[in-house]
Amino acid sequence: MQVKTPDRATAEPPVRTDPQHRRPRALLWHSRTLQGLAYATPTAVFVAVLFVLPLLLVGQMSLHDWPLLAGDQGSNAPENYTDVSDSTLFWPAVRFTLLYTGIVTVVLLGLALLLALLVQESRPGAGFFRTVYFLPGALGLASASLLFWGMYSPTTGPLSRTLEKLGLVDDPVSFLGTPTSALLSTVFLVVWKFAGFYMLILLVGLQRIPHELYEAARMDGASRGQIFRSITLPLLRPSLALSLLLCVTGSLLAFDQFFVLTKGGPDNSTVTVVQLIYREAFQRLNLGTAAALSILVLAALLLLNALQFRGLRHADES
Amino acid sequence: MGSPPGSQGRLRGRSHEPVRRLATAAVALLATVGLATACGSGDGGSEDDGTKAADAKGVDDGATLTMWTRAATRPQSEALVKAYNAGHENKVELTVIPTDDYQAKVGAAAGAKDLPDLFASDVVFVPNYTSSRLFADLTDRIDALPFADDLAQSHIKAGTYDGKKYVVPHTLDLSVLFYNKDLYRKAQLDPDKPPATLADWDRQARAVDALGGGVNGTFFGGNCGGCGVFTWWPSIWAAGEDVLNKDGTEALLASGTAQKVYDTYRGWVRDDIVAPGARDETGVTWTGVFPKGKVGVMPMPSTTLGLMPKDLDLGVAPIPGPDGGKSTFVGGDAIGISATSDKTDQAWNFLAWSLGDKAQVDVVAAHKDVVARTDLASNKYSKADPRLVTINQLVADGRTPYALKFGQTFNDPNGPWLTLMRDAVFGDGAKVEKDNEAVTASLAD
Repeated sequence: MQVKTPDRATAEPPVRTDPQHRRPRALLWHSRTLQGLAYATPTAVFVAVLFVLPLLLVGQMSLHDWPLLAGDQGSNAPENYTDVSDSTLFWPAVRFTLLYTGIVTVVLLGLALLLALLVQESRPGAGFFRTVYFLPGALGLASASLLFWGMYSPTTGPLSRTLEKLGLVDDPVSFLGTPTSALLSTVFLVVWKFAGFYMLILLVGLQRIPHELYEAARMDGASRGQIFRSITLPLLRPSLALSLLLCVTGSLLAFDQFFVLTKGGPDNSTVTVVQLIYREAFQRLNLGTAAALSILVLAALLLLNALQFRGLRHADES
Repeated sequence: MGSPPGSQGRLRGRSHEPVRRLATAAVALLATVGLATACGSGDGGSEDDGTKAADAKGVDDGATLTMWTRAATRPQSEALVKAYNAGHENKVELTVIPTDDYQAKVGAAAGAKDLPDLFASDVVFVPNYTSSRLFADLTDRIDALPFADDLAQSHIKAGTYDGKKYVVPHTLDLSVLFYNKDLYRKAQLDPDKPPATLADWDRQARAVDALGGGVNGTFFGGNCGGCGVFTWWPSIWAAGEDVLNKDGTEALLASGTAQKVYDTYRGWVRDDIVAPGARDETGVTWTGVFPKGKVGVMPMPSTTLGLMPKDLDLGVAPIPGPDGGKSTFVGGDAIGISATSDKTDQAWNFLAWSLGDKAQVDVVAAHKDVVARTDLASNKYSKADPRLVTINQLVADGRTPYALKFGQTFNDPNGPWLTLMRDAVFGDGAKVEKDNEAVTASLAD
């Protein structure tokens, strides 16, 4: 009796000399491969058309002289790339974006962890607070930014007027009027909006830690701090890693909040790299340079993400 | 015998397996269909034969025309569209776009060849659009109009490229001083003697500010480049000077006259004569301060005259220069037919009507707006309100600056003009020369 074992997914169905004895299993396997391909095709088409093609197009744009209104004018490589650093706003924007990312990541993840620890027990009211903390996440970022823009307005917003009425300040407070206050006000908005979201991620991670570990540690006389450092944090690593990745990527690509609240002001102190891309494309009407900038941001993101993955994996293995 | 990877015994009787597979297949099918339809683009318009006999009135045959306008000139556009739709078979569908986003939207639509039939444009951006061939050639049609020579020439000039005309005036927005007569009386100023020089303006603003009680002398958009060119440049023009060279590639914004203007504003900021919020005002709410009745005198757009509260006793005056003179920024919107439209004749029907006697007098002038034709400057409505006569007459003393890189230099919130403005007025004014060079660099880009 012949025993044929196709051992590779791409193996051809076994060659039979006797057509009437085709094994039904092989036929089924062959049709399952086709089925799998059929199910995967729409996704592949999606990815190809909505991601790969635009990416290639942006790459092409970055190598061409491409004004927004007049269209493709032909190649001018690598001018778009070398011109990037000519803009006086480029390096300050890079520095500011990195600074902002650092601040937001630390504050946001720290607060999210705290909130998750607070609501992880099934105490009465925990469910209510979980909802309340998460609620701001249901707003779109642009809507939230508009909301806060209205609130921060020194002349028409409620915050300033309340502070004046309470006698805490004499003049209308300009929350977005200086570089520092603009940055902190925006950080406040972002933390308010996303703390609940990251709290949820960390909450899921917290709830996966087996209670027996805590009990065992408590029986051994460990303090809360020791428990937190030696049990909670290490076992929370995957959730923390995910949160870190999302937070860093999102912050590096920050645009909506700054565009709505400050438009990069006051005095170009809150310009982020994505805002530079927007400005290149729609103010300076030049898609070629905007595309070059986009490719550079993409490269930086890929690099940073690769580094994060590597760092977290090493930490895991150790 | 092993089984190939990927087929690990999922066939064994899982009862919901067929349903799940069906559902997955359905989703995949829907996705593919959705993708296919999403990729379908709108139908391309048929090429309009531009050599068809240019009927001066266009065609009114029940077509639907799409039109875009800026939020800043929304009341005027809406009034014209409403009146046109009421009396014609063609219907214009107007979309109002936030002023700040307008350039970007037009740019994006132009790139996608998806512009509406008609689109208005801030007159300072028109050179961008004509040089990129976004508008249809209207030279013959404009010249066929009986009142062609009486149209506001600064708008026609802004829309002329390579000897061809591409736009007609749509709304005129002039910068004029508005002053609060009630506050003037309270401050013991003559309500019929508005400022004739920059020094007068300074004195009167300070007198009103001294009233206290939440009253301020003046206001301006301190974080708004567009507001700055609109309200500060007339003072320089009133002195007979230029702010740009003829081609719009060099800036003259550090001149002695310009410095005098900046000095006056800086003094107001230093001495708190300006209403709060000026430093942060990005242009979104700058015209909402005067109607509250607590500001003495400030330049405002003439298009806001018809929107002022009825009980606000306000007077208007031309913007003066350091030693007198008068001028204005002839802004507003010009409008053209997009080059990709297939309804050029119908669109022209709307444009020709909007410049005709009935529209200009009964719609534009009736709303206390500036008419686009100098032969109608004195009409039954303007005669009823002497303020309108003052404004209408100002068109002759005003200018519309021309620069290809106007938007990215002067309107861009991250651009060099805003930096110059804020250094000159909120700083100590020492960097104006250097900032002016940055402006020139941007214009010559």
